[in-house]
Amino acid sequence: MAVISRGFTGRGRDHTPDLPPGQYLTADFPVLSAGPTPDIDTADWQFSIRTDDATLHTWNWDEIHALPIEDIDTDIHCVTRWSKFGTSWRGVSLDTLFADIETTDGFVMAHSYGGYTTNIPLDDLLGGKAWIAFEFDGEPLDPEHGGPARLLVPHLYFWKSAKWIRSLEMMPADQPGFWEQNGYNMYGDPWLEQRYW
Amino acid sequence: MSTLSERETRDAAPHRIGLWHAGVVVSTKTESPTGRSIVLDVPGWGGNIAGQHADLRLTAADGYQAVRSYSIASVSNGDRVELAVDRLPTGEVSPYLVDELRPGDQLELRGPLGGWFVWTPSLPGAVQLIGGGSGIVPLMAMIRSHTASGSDAPFRLLYSVRSPDDAFFRSELDTPTPGLDVTWLYTRVAPEGWGRPPGRITVDDLAGSAFAASLSPAVFVCGPTGFVESVATALVALGHDPHKVKTERFGGA
Amino acid sequence: MGEHVDGNSLAGPLSELFAVDLTMASARCLGCGDVSELARAMVYPDPTGYVVRCSQCDDVLMVVVQEPDSVCIELRGMAWLKVPR
Repeated sequence: MAVISRGFTGRGRDHTPDLPPGQYLTADFPVLSAGPTPDIDTADWQFSIRTDDATLHTWNWDEIHALPIEDIDTDIHCVTRWSKFGTSWRGVSLDTLFADIETTDGFVMAHSYGGYTTNIPLDDLLGGKAWIAFEFDGEPLDPEHGGPARLLVPHLYFWKSAKWIRSLEMMPADQPGFWEQNGYNMYGDPWLEQRYW
Repeated sequence: MSTLSERETRDAAPHRIGLWHAGVVVSTKTESPTGRSIVLDVPGWGGNIAGQHADLRLTAADGYQAVRSYSIASVSNGDRVELAVDRLPTGEVSPYLVDELRPGDQLELRGPLGGWFVWTPSLPGAVQLIGGGSGIVPLMAMIRSHTASGSDAPFRLLYSVRSPDDAFFRSELDTPTPGLDVTWLYTRVAPEGWGRPPGRITVDDLAGSAFAASLSPAVFVCGPTGFVESVATALVALGHDPHKVKTERFGGA
Repeated sequence: MGEHVDGNSLAGPLSELFAVDLTMASARCLGCGDVSELARAMVYPDPTGYVVRCSQCDDVLMVVVQEPDSVCIELRGMAWLKVPR
């Protein structure tokens, strides 16, 4: 039986309809990182999508900014139990980036500068559900939060929104990424509390 | 009269450091505007050596738990444990420990933990301690162990704080102690007439006040990540053997 | 800069799993061949797990994920782990 510490409440454990089960609300933006923050100059930055026929579709910093840029207002949910409401981002929809890409593969591995990977079904990246985001709260995305650009897939736990995004690789079958190999859920729906295997 | 052989000792029931022990707050003492030391009585603790840390577990009335690691400022072979904690404004646990906790309150401890960032009186040779902010805590345990044991190993401490008010264990460190040399560094505000202008620790500070690399001292560095990072880099630049330099960074939570 | 702490901070979480202090064990990094005590490694903590990286080359030595019913320890980056007794 645990010892109760008088007067200790910990962070608020709010219950509102917008908060997925087991989450608490935070006003700040905690930084969690699985490794050193890569230092990426936007002059060297590029993002690519690699399809099954090994074709590489690549955009540099100027090219991605020449595409239609969207404002995104969304809630985000981290597997480490914090949620943040009403975050505002700017970025390019993956619908735009996939517009000219033909693929029969149904799964995607996201690769980051720094070596991190995470897997996502293609259907979860299309249909207005995912972006390459390069602004947060009206400012360029800072490196601690994944700048210069990160994947933004807010309907899944936030580890799927890979920081320092470098490429998306199409896969015929679902393969586990960095955390997924070690026990994190392959899909990661916060409303179903899909934290672990 | 028989003594256990080494092998038999190893087969004896291990001291289960992984177990949680209930502790009771005996006293608290304000150390600085943001920090305080806390003395706990932890039945079954069984003592610790200098430099070790403890995991602390707090449980809210609704069952919610939070675990954090804190360095131990005391050295003993009994059940008394002294911690010292600095309040992190956005922290979940440290504001509770600094502002709310009072004698008689209960919490749980696990430990003592860590056999690496430690000093024992049986170790010969010079010891250089370098602390930033509340990074003094495990170094204070080493100083107390050094004093209590009468060890003749020469000790030096470089202690970097924002201002004179921010120092932990001020009066104890200002009491002259044989074999211990203390150098204060101030990063924001220095006492009036202080020779060194306020600023972060530099290679020159280390070259001027720390034991030289040629004496191959054991070096213990503890503080915030940025502080430890820059001190460790400077020490290696001054010729210290990286294997003689042990660091303990603390994150913020 | 990614905020990391030292491997000696693993002593508590690993004490739940091992009877010895594993932070005193030496590991050989598969990436660069460095041999160091686990206490010297870089630890990137978060509330559900941690990533342990080689202090010399940043390669991942070990990943630990704490699930409600079990703990998953992956030792992908170590050639060996030598535990003192």
